[in-house]
Amino acid sequence: MAPARQDTSSERRNVRSRWLLSAPALIIIFVAAAGPLLVMLAYSFMVKGDYGDVKPGQYSLDGWFSVLFQRDIFDDTLSFADAHLTIMWRSVRLSLITTALTLLLGFPTAYFIATRPRNRREIWVFLVTIPFWTNLLIRTFAMQQVIRNEGILNTLLRWGGLIDQPVQILYTDWAILFGMVYVYLPLMVLPLYASMEKLDFRLIEAGYDLYAGRLAVLRRIVIPLVKPGIVAGSILVFVPSLGAYVIPRVLGGGKNMMLGNLIELQFGAGRNWPLGAAISITLMAVVMVALLFYVRNAARTGAGHG
Amino acid sequence: MARRRFDIRAQPGFAGVAMFTFAVLYLPIATLVAYAFNASDSITEWGGLSLRWFHDAAQNVAVQDAAWRTLIVAASAASFATLAATMAAIATTRTAPYRGSGAKYALINMPLMVPEIVTAVALLIVFSRVKVLTGYSGLGYLVLAHTAFCIPFAYLPIRARLEGMDASLERAAADLYATPWQVFRRVTLPLLRPGIIAGFMLAFVISLDDVVITEFVKSGGQDTLPTYMLGQIRRSVTPEVNAIATAFLALSVLLVTAFFLINRRKA
Repeated sequence: MAPARQDTSSERRNVRSRWLLSAPALIIIFVAAAGPLLVMLAYSFMVKGDYGDVKPGQYSLDGWFSVLFQRDIFDDTLSFADAHLTIMWRSVRLSLITTALTLLLGFPTAYFIATRPRNRREIWVFLVTIPFWTNLLIRTFAMQQVIRNEGILNTLLRWGGLIDQPVQILYTDWAILFGMVYVYLPLMVLPLYASMEKLDFRLIEAGYDLYAGRLAVLRRIVIPLVKPGIVAGSILVFVPSLGAYVIPRVLGGGKNMMLGNLIELQFGAGRNWPLGAAISITLMAVVMVALLFYVRNAARTGAGHG
Repeated sequence: MARRRFDIRAQPGFAGVAMFTFAVLYLPIATLVAYAFNASDSITEWGGLSLRWFHDAAQNVAVQDAAWRTLIVAASAASFATLAATMAAIATTRTAPYRGSGAKYALINMPLMVPEIVTAVALLIVFSRVKVLTGYSGLGYLVLAHTAFCIPFAYLPIRARLEGMDASLERAAADLYATPWQVFRRVTLPLLRPGIIAGFMLAFVISLDDVVITEFVKSGGQDTLPTYMLGQIRRSVTPEVNAIATAFLALSVLLVTAFFLINRRKA
């Protein structure tokens, strides 16, 4: 392995030892992540078993078919699977609103941190990082205690004279929304801050010199410059929201399901593994497209600064 | 300097929204922690300060079991993941791209991209069959599954550290007739240590936090603290869950703070 010698045989040996070194990581990920996903893809094309699992050796498109449609058990007529469409629409809608609300809160917060004196910024960022690294379940549970009927939110509202009966928030779509905004907020603030930190405030000063107002400076200078951060934060919030499982399970109660819970249902009481596999792959495909967009956005802005 | 009072950086209302955001981030956690110290039997009314729920949780055999299991799984998964990630990082940095290096990178980072629930049901499909075929239903499945999703988290800081390292030191050692193993042991590894520690801690925290994959992979009676809490929250009766969550929270905050300090010293 003498680095001075660069003939092809040592190069080939180098590549081979690099493959050997990375083998454990690759094998573990293949066995406990990538491989099972391929098995699941196969399962989505199989016939469901009577008590869960699938019937070996029998293939059908029923799993994929029932993602969107259902067949009437009496007269065989086709119709849209309303329950599935409702859940999909709820997932997409709640994820989009979550993204918008986290942006609304996160943008001023990131801007606030970026405009603090340099030595103070670190501590503000740290304050955002701590909730980010604490257990998602614990944060969801904390939110449950805040919004329950006897919780602090209802108490405050009553105390303020805004309501006289507790408002039922828990086990509604609102609860899921509150939970997702709370849990994913740091994922919006951190990338926004990363791009605002690099903001050149001389450009803002130039804007004011040219008689722009506060709003014009924000709209015409700040927002265009931090757009990569806005895109990154939005995708980082949207993607886990769409695949959320714990938050709707704890805060939505059994009724207000999202895609993650619909998938679980098919592998549990629904006993329709091919359908569950097909929904999982659909969800994964949507997430992959969003992330591809994210990677391209990151690559472009990486090349654009210079 | 104080001549101009117009602050070009300020935007009206932004500081207010920022304060609201920090309140939103910390108020729920504060409530949860406060009720862990509640002397009353219920989570709804305040009965004065007490440590009884911490005491009860510590005496609860199911909690003790789950706590041990959580630590064992996290420690083993983080160790295996860090080892595999260190080797993989050495294999994928400071080299010209070679055949398959892009695919390798994509595969290592794959667990970051797939939604947890999707990985969880895929593992359920495969492991439930393997459990029947082999008759083995021990902790191995949990450790394996956790190792897989911890690898990318361990890999990132180690790779970042390696890329910032000066390759000429290793070349100098080789010029002085050090064997490749000596170069690694005496030069590369000591320089890489902060990255490895950071990677291990990230992997450990990620494993501690996991609920979804654990919930689908575990066999009967293999609750970890998060899945135990998930089961209890449904019933949601006493502040005991608050006490468990608070202790858990303290551990996470401690780890994150340590991680933060280590990284800051490096910079």
